[in-house]
This record gives sequence, C-alpha cells and structure tokens, in this order.
Amino acid sequence: MSRTADTDAPLPDTWEELVTTALLGTDRRTPAGSVPGPRAPHDLLDAAALATVRRRAGLRPARAARRPAPAPADPRPALPPAAARRLTLLLTDRPGTSGGGRRGTAPDLMELLPQWLAAANAHGYAAPPEALPALLDAARGRTDLRPAALRFAGPRALWLARLNPDWRFALRATHGGGASASAPDDPDRTRRLWQEGLFAERVALLTALRSRAPAAARALLAATWATERAEDRLMFLDSLRAGLGPDDEPFLEQALADRSRNVRATAAELLSALPDSALAGRMALRAAACVAVDRTRDVPMIVVEAPHECDAGMERDGVVAKAPAGRGERSWWLGQLVEAAPLGCWSRRLGGRTPREIVALPVADGWQGELHAAWCRAAVRQRNAAWSRALLGEPSAPEAGGPGAVSLAERAQLLGTLPAAERAEWVAGFIETHGLSEAFQLLGVCAVPWAAPVGRAVVDALNIARDAGSYPWSFSGVMGLAERCLDPSEAGRLDALLAVPDEPEDASPGAGSYWAEAFQRLVTTLRLRATLLTELAPPTPPAAEPAPAGSVEPTAPGPARR
Amino acid sequence: MTEQGVRWTVDQVLALAPDSASRTAGSRLGAAGSWSGAGRCGEGTVWGLCEGGGSGPYRTVVDVADPSGPAYRCSCPSRKVPCKHALGLLLLRAGAEEAVPRARAPEWVREWISGRRATERRRTGDAAHPAPGPADPEAARRRAERRAERVTAGALELEQRLADLLRGGLAAAGESGYGLWEETAARMVDAQAQGLAGRVRELGALAGTGPGGPVRLLEECALLHLLGQGWLRRERLPEGLAATVRSRVGLPASADGPPVRDHWLVLAQYDTGDSRLTTRRVWLYGTDSGRTALLLSYGAAGRAPDVALPVGTALDAELSAYPGAGQPRAALGEQFAPPAPTAVRPPGTTTARALVRYGEALRDDPWLESVPVTLERVVPVPDGDGWQVADADQDTALPLAPAARSRPGLWRLVAVSGGAPVRVFGECGHQGFTPLAVWPEGPGEVVPLC
Repeated sequence: MSRTADTDAPLPDTWEELVTTALLGTDRRTPAGSVPGPRAPHDLLDAAALATVRRRAGLRPARAARRPAPAPADPRPALPPAAARRLTLLLTDRPGTSGGGRRGTAPDLMELLPQWLAAANAHGYAAPPEALPALLDAARGRTDLRPAALRFAGPRALWLARLNPDWRFALRATHGGGASASAPDDPDRTRRLWQEGLFAERVALLTALRSRAPAAARALLAATWATERAEDRLMFLDSLRAGLGPDDEPFLEQALADRSRNVRATAAELLSALPDSALAGRMALRAAACVAVDRTRDVPMIVVEAPHECDAGMERDGVVAKAPAGRGERSWWLGQLVEAAPLGCWSRRLGGRTPREIVALPVADGWQGELHAAWCRAAVRQRNAAWSRALLGEPSAPEAGGPGAVSLAERAQLLGTLPAAERAEWVAGFIETHGLSEAFQLLGVCAVPWAAPVGRAVVDALNIARDAGSYPWSFSGVMGLAERCLDPSEAGRLDALLAVPDEPEDASPGAGSYWAEAFQRLVTTLRLRATLLTELAPPTPPAAEPAPAGSVEPTAPGPARR
Repeated sequence: MTEQGVRWTVDQVLALAPDSASRTAGSRLGAAGSWSGAGRCGEGTVWGLCEGGGSGPYRTVVDVADPSGPAYRCSCPSRKVPCKHALGLLLLRAGAEEAVPRARAPEWVREWISGRRATERRRTGDAAHPAPGPADPEAARRRAERRAERVTAGALELEQRLADLLRGGLAAAGESGYGLWEETAARMVDAQAQGLAGRVRELGALAGTGPGGPVRLLEECALLHLLGQGWLRRERLPEGLAATVRSRVGLPASADGPPVRDHWLVLAQYDTGDSRLTTRRVWLYGTDSGRTALLLSYGAAGRAPDVALPVGTALDAELSAYPGAGQPRAALGEQFAPPAPTAVRPPGTTTARALVRYGEALRDDPWLESVPVTLERVVPVPDGDGWQVADADQDTALPLAPAARSRPGLWRLVAVSGGAPVRVFGECGHQGFTPLAVWPEGPGEVVPLC
C-alpha cells in the first residue's frame, strides 16, 4: 500500500536492508543478526516474514487527497422503477458483444436506445447515477446518441466526465445539455464567459443564446468579431444559421468582406437563404441574365446562356471562381448563381409560370440536369415547399424511380422541406410504385413513428417481396428501419405475416422461414417499443390518463450505425 | 410476497449469466415477443416457450425459489447453465409484471416439478438416515497420514528451493524467469499441497514486475516460508492457527462449525478464475449476529458456479463455518425462505478502524490478503493515477487496490457518490481497498460494483 504510512522507524531501514540482502543473495551478503552459512537464507526469510506481517498489521490510513467539488444536484424526477430496469437492459446489449451473424427473432436493443432516450427526455426524467458510466460509454461509441444521452445524463455526467479522460467528449459537446451549456441569464456573466471561456464553451454559449435571443447572440459575436481567429469566425458564423432572419443581413453583408475565403462563402450562403437580402437581389439579376424562355419555337423552351466570366462582384458574393476538376467553369458558375438566387424571381422572369410549369418546360442544349440540380439546392437552402413539390414531381412517375435529373439524396433533401404528412404521402406513393429497393434514404426523412400511409406501404412492399421469393436480408436495411420507426400500434396487422408460408416453386430455398423470423423480430420489436413507452409514463393517480404510446418520439432516426 | 412470488431485478438476473456472451444473448431474449405461453406458479416457478432456430420452440422452466438455489431446465442444446433462454425468461419476469402471468403449469412443467420433488425427498431422506460413515475409519486415518507425509515432503522441498533462491539472490532468480516457478508449482501439486502450489504460481507472476517487484517478491517468499514452517511445526501451534495452516496449505476441510441461523444480507457476488475453473465469492452479512461470512463455490469451464445469490436480497438461512481461526469462509446450510429484497444496510466504520481490523485479523491468519469491511461516510477521491476512498469527516483515506482502478465498478462508485459521502462494502488489505458494493447517501438500493 504505497500511499499508506508505514510503521514508525527503525523498521523501514531494516526492511530496506532485508530487501537489499535478498536481491544480492546471502552468499554475497550476510543478513543482519545471522552468520554466514546454510542457516543464513533461513534467517533472512524468518526476519522478512516477521517484518512483512508487522508492516501489514501496522498499516495506517493515508492522508486524504483534495476532494472534488460535489456534483451539482439534478432536480429532475427519478425514473419509474420499470423504466430504470429497462435502461439497464438496453445498456447491457452493447454492439460488439453479440456473436454476430444471423439476428434471429430477438430485437436489437441497442437500436432502441435512441427512442428510449428521446422519450425519457420528453418526460424530463433524471438518469439513475449508477447507469451513467454505461450511458457515457454508449455515447462515446456512437456520436448520434450523444445529444440525447448527454441531455438525459444531466449535470452529474459532466461532473463525471471531468474525472475520466474517456468521456471528454461530453465536455466538448454540451449543447443544451448540462449546467455550462445553458446560457446564463445575467448579461455580465454572459459577456465574461464569452470573453474568457474556452472555444467549446463559447460555441455552446453562442448556440444557446442564439436559440433564445437571436439578436443578442449576434451582438455578442459582433463585439469581438474583429479579434477572432479565422477558424473560430467560421464556426461562430455557422451558429447563426439557427434563427436566421432579415436582421442579420447587415452583419452578414459586412462578413462578405472577410479576410478568410471560407468565412466569405458561409456569409454568402446565409445571405442567399434570405430572399429579400441585397445579395439575393444581385444573384437574382445575374441568374436571370443566364436563363430565358425562347418563345420563337413551336413549344416554349428554356434556353441557357452560362456566364462567360466570374467577375470580382460575383466572387465577393461568394461565387467560387475555380471549378473542381472535370467540370466546365461556365456551368460551375451558372450552378452557383442559380442556387443562390431567390426562387421567387423565376416566375417573373419566365413568363409568369408556376414552379410546376417551369420545371415541366424542356431545356435546350442539355442544360436541364445542371439547371434542375441548382434549383433543387436552392429549394433546400431556402426551404421552399412549392418548388420542392414541383421538383419532386409525382411519386408514381416512371422517372422518379430511376436515375433522373434529381437523385435520391436530393429527393430526400427536398422532402425535408415539405410538411410531415405530405412527405409521408409522397414516400408511400413512391414505395407503392417502385418498391423498397430505392426507398431507404427516403424513409430516413419520414417522421417517427411513421404515419399510417408509409407504414402500410412498407409492410405491403415487404409482403410482396416475400411472395416474390427473395431472401429477407436483401431488405435488411428497410427491415431495421421498420423495427425502429413503424408505429407500435401496427403490430396487430402484422400477425398474419408470422406464419411460414408454403414455398412456391421458384422461391429461394428456406426463404419462407427466414421471412417468418424477420417478421417475428419486427413484431417483437414493435411490442417492446410500446412497452418501453408505457414504462416511461409517469406514475399518475388512477384517474389521470396515461400518456398515449408513441406520442413522445420527436427524433428522426438516422440509418442504423454500427 | 406470496401473492407476488419471487421476482428478481435485472441486475440480479444478469449476475447469474455464466459469461458476457450469455448475458447479451439473454438480454435480447428478455422481451415479450420472443416468448409464448409464459407463466408462473408457486413461489418462483417460471416457464415459457421460446422461438428457436430449430424445428420447434424451446421449453424453458426456472425455479428461483428453490431452497437449494435456482434450478433451470431448457430443451435447447446449450451446455451453459443457465442458458440464454433461462436468463431471457427471468429478464422477462423482471421487466414487466404482466409479461408473465400467474397460470396453471402445463404438463411438461408439472413433470419437471414433480421430478425435482422426488429428488428432494430422496436427498432429505438420505439426510434423515445418514449414510454409514466411512467404511473403515482406520483406512481413512492411514490415507490422511500418507497425505500429510507427502505434504511434508513437499514443504521440505519448497523450503530448500526458497533457501537456494535467496542464497543466489532474487535479482539472479529474475533471469531464470517464469519456468522456475511453474516447475516448483508442479512439484507442489504432486505433493497434494494445492495451497502451496497456488502461492508459488502467484510468485511467478510477481517475479520481474516493475519497480515494486522485488519488495513484493520478498514479502511473498517470506510468507510462503512462514506457511511451510507452520506446516512443519503444526503440532506445536494452537489449534485455531493449526487449522488455518492446514487449509492454507490445501488440505480439504469440511464446514463443521455449529449452524448459525440469521438474516444474511447478500453484499456482493463476484467471479474470478481462468478458462478451467471459475471461483465465485459471495459475501454475506448476518444482521443479528453481526458476522460477515464468505461462500465459495466453483464451476468448471463455461459453467457458472451453482450458488447464485442476488445482491440486495436477504436470506433466512443457516451457515456453518469452516475450521481455522479468523476464517470468514462458511457453507450454506438450510434455507428457510428464498432470498427476498431488503432495504437493510450493514453498519459501517471509518478507514482507520478498517485497517485496525485487518491488522487484528492478521494475528489469527498472517497470510490474510484482506478483510471484509463496510465503510461509512466515505467519498471516492482521485489521487494522482489512482483513487482513494476518503472519510468525509476526517483527513484520512484508503487507497483503492491497483486492480480495482481498472474495473468498471470504480466508475459506478464515483457516479453513485457524485462527491457526496456513501457507504461502501469491500475488501480492505495490504494492497488497498477493493470496493464491491455501494449504497447512496439518501434512500436507494445497493449498487453492485463487481
């Protein structure tokens, strides 16, 4: 016990002496109180045994080290006991500990943790302290879990993270989490933290303040803007993205003259998302000069005349002059102009047509791909639902399933600008026409739990896939999503699918039973999700209504990460 | 509780798992959808059908209220006990009250229960009519004598080897490496002195480890010498110490102390061991007697030892001590009721008193590594590379044992404390303190740390 005081002198000397003698050997050195010869090792061991037991029997407590300040109190209510037990179970099922291979009918518990955390956070429960280490370990391995896990883990987890280097990530990423992240109400303290804090603390402070008082956050940033480093300016500027409004224009306009090119580009991007900004107006003029309707033909057609040069004014407004390798620079400039121009300008420019009519116009000389792609980026950046709708087209259209002008990733982004119900209808229609093979990315943007049309379309499509005789693992991505996102109340409708069907002639051997197993796991997981939510319902007096299952899942699930 | 039946918590169930793979597999099966026809009856019989990969579902039945420990039966081919299905079933029961409703046991469960009852009757019947003693007491005495002679020969050889070692010096011995110790250990196994063999093997692990190595090596050599000498002169030792020497050397002993009935709190349960043998330690505290007792049980490769007592429960049972002065080891005798959850906590002491207790225990057993103690109002505090548990109201502390620093239990201890004083049960010895269970400052259940 190195830190415990030994017994009083003179024993330590004797002990050192014994150790030295033992190391050298009694042939070279005779132990104190003994004589050279065959008895010497024996005497040494006798003395050492006595000293060892004496040392151990005489151990005294060490001096206490400096105690850490106690963890801040967590005023949130404790979890209901059943939910606390469930959390232990969910955290036990860590990825990598399973044997791998086929999944069988048992649910994948780790994948349910995000939903569980979201629901627990919606109720405002405190995490049980003994679960914090496992929770922090889980969040360490999965960055997508971190925001919800840290919010649930609360102030004590941050206190713990200061003591364990493995959990440093918790101190870096405390947006909306613990004590340090909530911006202090006191303006003096805010200013002091802003001026003296570490970079991570300052980002957290700015983000928190921006979500509450956008103008105050901008003012805070403007006060020290000139003295910040370029990398920091970029990060701070980026945090203005939340709550962006016309009031931000003067500040952003000034940032267009920044020394750093990345800062200028970000400022331009933010300004172009404000359709009434001066920059948006300049971009509209430039873009409109390049795109026109040719009425001289039998059928009206869009003609494109890409810019011939990238002048200083364009560069100042964020247009990157140098095209990436393999792209023509004129089409590169055009794409940037159209992307940054407010979509509202096109109707005026193109003969008073609606977005849908504009998108339907043929485009001359093979410019359609470039032009439509730029409009897609603009619709996403400006969150314009009407243009998104037009660019998405009908979900059942034949080109919607193939590699058209609009890629699946772009579609997913466009869908993100539509209201949840409309998004669900569109995705359901897409799946009904095109099946599941292309649907994974689109399903990822649907609100959880899935609205009824999406759920129905997915289950029907899975059923069709089974009847077609393919193996279920061709659909494992969608299956996994369905386990996490299907409304738990759909479980009842799936019961009919659990039986092992008769195998058709042309089916893959054994596919039927694998499907039954996959559906079994789906149903099991749905039931378990319903249970999880019920367990989290606060213990209410009998008269009160229990929280409806499925009402507290605000997160959109990303694709499963491993 | 009779209406409710015995119901274990998730932690308690997971502690039963023979290894981490079963723990994971079991927790995946602890959801309602994996099971059909699940039910329970009696005090603690739980059953269900689990969808398996094979032709039909596996039939799983567990009896947790059996006085001789939990019993499992599953039709799956796994050789692990309990298998993942048994664990999953218990987790299902631990999770939601309505997941496993009270029901009439189906035929296959009733068969199993009646089979077990028959075995139970045979066993108690045997106890009522004790088997005729050793066939020939004279032969048994001769066998014991022969064994003692072999151990004596082993002890003499060990003394000779230790003397040779110190004549040449520990520094020189470091060069001959691990093989020397392995060979000596094998000789001790031949001499039927398992206790000596085990200590020699640990010496091999110590040899040549870091700066503190020589000191630890000398300490352990000296204690080994002390044990050898104790054996050679056992006739002249007081009876208690002689019994301690016999058990430390490795002679078999039986728990023949008088049975002590008490409400025993289960403070901690943990397994150590290698691929061949798992050793399970269960620490119990008698609330009436104030005694702390250790149950040791063993499991062969891949099997969990058969004694499984959930931490945080108390059991009304008789314990019989093993011989030897100051030995905490005991054997579980009759259990009068299945383990039941309890909020009772053992009384605690200060760090200084804990070390005094260790010192006093060394008087009866100088080979003792640590003593079980409960510390009251202590705070885990980081101290350089290590940790301590410091008294909340004094300037004194115990360093944590090096092995305890790398365990996940350390962080549970720190998390439960949050810088506030807690009550901690653990083992206190010359290596430091090893925390095994913690109770939060306010109300709350015990949290296992091992």
